[in-house]
Amino acid sequence: MGVAAAATTAAVLLALSLGAVATARRRWAPAVIYMLSGAACVVQALAGIAALATRAGTTSLTVPIGLPWMGAHLAQDALSSVFLALLGTGGAAASFYAAGYGRHEHEPQRVLPFFPGFLGAMTLVILAADAFTFLLSWEIMSLLSWALVLAHHRDEGSRSAGYLYLVMAAFGTMVLLLAFGLMAGAQGGYEFAAIRAVERTPGIAALVLGLMVIGAGSKAGLVPLHVWLPVAHPAAPSHVSALMSGVMTKVAVYGFIRVCFDLVGPVDWWMSPIIIVIGVGTAVMGILFAIMDGDGKRILAFSTIENIGVIFTALGLALAFRANGMQAMAALAMTAALLHAVNHMMFKSLLFMVMGAVLNATGRKDLDGLGGLIHRMPATSFLALVGVTAISALPPLNGFVSEWLLFQTVLQSPRLPQPALQFMVPAAGGLLALAAALAAACFVRFYGVAFLGRARSGDVAAATETDRWSLGAMAGMALLCVLAGILPGYLVDLLAPAADLVVGARIAPQGGNAWLTLVPVADVRSSYSGFLVMVFVAVTGSAVAWLVHRLASQRLRRGPAWDCGFPNADPITQYGGGSVAQPIRRVMASVLAAHETVLMPRPGDMGPARHSAGVEDLAWSRLYLPVAAAVIGATTRLNGLQFLTIRRYLGLVFASLILLLVGLALWN
Amino acid sequence: MELIWNLMLQGVQMMVVLALAPGLTGLVRKVKARLTRRRGAPIVQPYRDLVRLLRKEVVLAENASWLFRVSPYMIFAATWVAAALVPTFAIGLQFSWTADLIAIVALLGSVRFFLALAGMDIGTSFGGIGSSREMMIGAIAEPAMLLTMFSVALVAGTTQLSYVVEFMASGEVGIRVSLGMALIALIIVAIAENARIPVDNPSTHLELTMVHEAMVLEYSGRHLAMIELAAMLKLLLYVALIGCIFAPWGIAPNDSGPSELLAGFAFFLGKLAAGGILLAVFETSIAKMRVFRVPDLLGAALMLGLLGTLLLFVSRSL
Repeated sequence: MGVAAAATTAAVLLALSLGAVATARRRWAPAVIYMLSGAACVVQALAGIAALATRAGTTSLTVPIGLPWMGAHLAQDALSSVFLALLGTGGAAASFYAAGYGRHEHEPQRVLPFFPGFLGAMTLVILAADAFTFLLSWEIMSLLSWALVLAHHRDEGSRSAGYLYLVMAAFGTMVLLLAFGLMAGAQGGYEFAAIRAVERTPGIAALVLGLMVIGAGSKAGLVPLHVWLPVAHPAAPSHVSALMSGVMTKVAVYGFIRVCFDLVGPVDWWMSPIIIVIGVGTAVMGILFAIMDGDGKRILAFSTIENIGVIFTALGLALAFRANGMQAMAALAMTAALLHAVNHMMFKSLLFMVMGAVLNATGRKDLDGLGGLIHRMPATSFLALVGVTAISALPPLNGFVSEWLLFQTVLQSPRLPQPALQFMVPAAGGLLALAAALAAACFVRFYGVAFLGRARSGDVAAATETDRWSLGAMAGMALLCVLAGILPGYLVDLLAPAADLVVGARIAPQGGNAWLTLVPVADVRSSYSGFLVMVFVAVTGSAVAWLVHRLASQRLRRGPAWDCGFPNADPITQYGGGSVAQPIRRVMASVLAAHETVLMPRPGDMGPARHSAGVEDLAWSRLYLPVAAAVIGATTRLNGLQFLTIRRYLGLVFASLILLLVGLALWN
Repeated sequence: MELIWNLMLQGVQMMVVLALAPGLTGLVRKVKARLTRRRGAPIVQPYRDLVRLLRKEVVLAENASWLFRVSPYMIFAATWVAAALVPTFAIGLQFSWTADLIAIVALLGSVRFFLALAGMDIGTSFGGIGSSREMMIGAIAEPAMLLTMFSVALVAGTTQLSYVVEFMASGEVGIRVSLGMALIALIIVAIAENARIPVDNPSTHLELTMVHEAMVLEYSGRHLAMIELAAMLKLLLYVALIGCIFAPWGIAPNDSGPSELLAGFAFFLGKLAAGGILLAVFETSIAKMRVFRVPDLLGAALMLGLLGTLLLFVSRSL
């Protein structure tokens, strides 16, 4: 087993891509390609889990492709195994879902050839053990996902999303290139083993860390580098959105952990508050924009930003504890980060698949065009309910477990020696709690408007339940959400070797605790048993329901809704997306740059009054637009260089030669 | 034998909170009536109301889904479990370690989540107004509550309620400014979470001021009884929580005998009565706020919670 199995699946997936180029137009192609890539992903997940469960050491492999003097180095250690398992699980769910969902694709040749290759490239990023392979796979991953974003290229929105994504991806890779260049140093040892061996000054390490925050953070969606994510993720077909949000952002998290915790060596503590601030800022801003948005898939993409913020906050805490030599606490924070990454893969993939099913059944993804789906698509709606409960960090499902671990980490902060961190971490904890509570509000809105209530359009009234493959994949993810919520101990134990690898400690084994309780530090400090909470609520709930029906009354009569005596038959009188968001938009108006205007007609004018409300992403208007304007301005001016005479060109060449020589002379 | 005794104690705790919850609500209503020079209904009136509701048939809106019918039982069960995990007359019960403070707060978050969803299920404008405002209030109240719990947990060194109570009762604590701030913040949160004046009016039926009542407007019969009982349990939970953290007197310690348990029970009754009367006095003496002033009040709680936590570090580093 070991790395060879995982590398083989990557090769199979890339080969499938080539096969798909030839066969994409055949009628049988989607089913076959998706099933085969699903099978490869299952093997990958098993390879990852098996390596973690057996505590296999690092296995490595050198393949004679790539740079001629180096070849491609691949390795699988505990950290890669965690992310391999994550990628395999998310990839398998998306592939099997697509076996049903992909049949509705109008132009399968625009999706099929890129899908398995995208999975394969992500696998290679995780397995890479030299900088060249890492960056090459990273770039292939970016480009193939860009092609997938452009699957519906006739749509103007998709095209501009694709362009923005391409620019941001190129920028991110460039920054990563700088980071690896800095780490390799003047000797240029690009193998990870050589990079690990180099001694670095704290300044260089901090610089690398900063570059990684920008490079990996732009792929993961850290604020303010997030602007592409809420347009690009939803533009792709839904199973690809599930992969991009659920898995590709985690590959970026993997890159960050690999470099900042493994390759770069010790880092000073003062970098950690920066990462924590970026993390909580991302979490709060991401979820606030999610609450304000009206498009189902964009809401999910914004919520991805929130969850990435949570993961990076945990990573910042791990960095702080590790820099102070508190390995046990760092292990707790790292476990929280990894667990949240795994959990987010589960519920975000589930919810994107749900939105895909809704999109197929109704042709719409705007909240204000949906409503009442619980009557038309009962199974999908039930699975969606599991997903929204999990993502809102509510017990007893899995989202809560990782939030709880993170809060336990926050409560360890008094032991940190630096006053700055001592003051900051509880405030960060408060903001995380705010993000979690806002997430609950966001998903009450998402589920309440789209799935509950009455149908707001004829498209919904004609909707039917989705196909069996899609339902199966969604049910599998929902089951994982429940299992990870009530049996978190086993999952935490699986993650322990990875935490051990990157921070040098692990939290105590949890699998053998009584009643499947999670006891991360000590039983006098904190404990939580999702299993017992689930059992208690389920048992008392059903017992009470049974008793009430048995002893009191079970009569029931259907009648028109009461609504304080004035029920209105028009579904537009329901609370829609904008109205549910209104209280929070008003309370958070300053953070969101919210605007609300009412245009009243002049007295005597019979025209209607108009109301408009919205929010503005300040990162876009204050950062991106000025930068874009500056770039366009500069290029327009430099355009003059295109039309010079030969004499001037020769003069320019001569001048730059002189400049370089002078520079060289001064350098020496 | 010991296990049976422990399980029995845990069962007694569950029954005690269930049995006393309507009484507490009845007491608050009675005191409020007396303070406004009315005679008021007897304290047992909420019990009678519940029995009456349970016997009535359910009138269900035509397009209500299964979620609407299941939610009352889930809401009731989750609130009951949460209330049973807060120490009332004794600590260290059989399952007290199931969930710590953070998990109890989150469990109440689940209750709110499903209540808000149920409010949106029929598709009426009142359900929506209630749900959206409830989630707005919850979005600020929950972090305020967690920050308060942070200060308490940092003082006590644990988030496990039984150990918190043990520590608070041990007299090691003394008087701390942080805890005072936490107490005020927790009281504000409790008032908001239980839909009391000045945040919400539990007896209002004036449409535009309703929050909690608007969400449950479509419920009737046994469903309404479950929701009402859950709301009463939640009030008792908060009184018990404030009581056990900030007034931990008389709570029976681990492995105590019947006499201590009885004393603990008497103390608990006293605390409930005191809490109920104070709440009634407070509610009578203040007017309801506009909905969009509520975030200011809750923001104050949030800031108090944060300041309390930060002051802890200041006092430690001195």
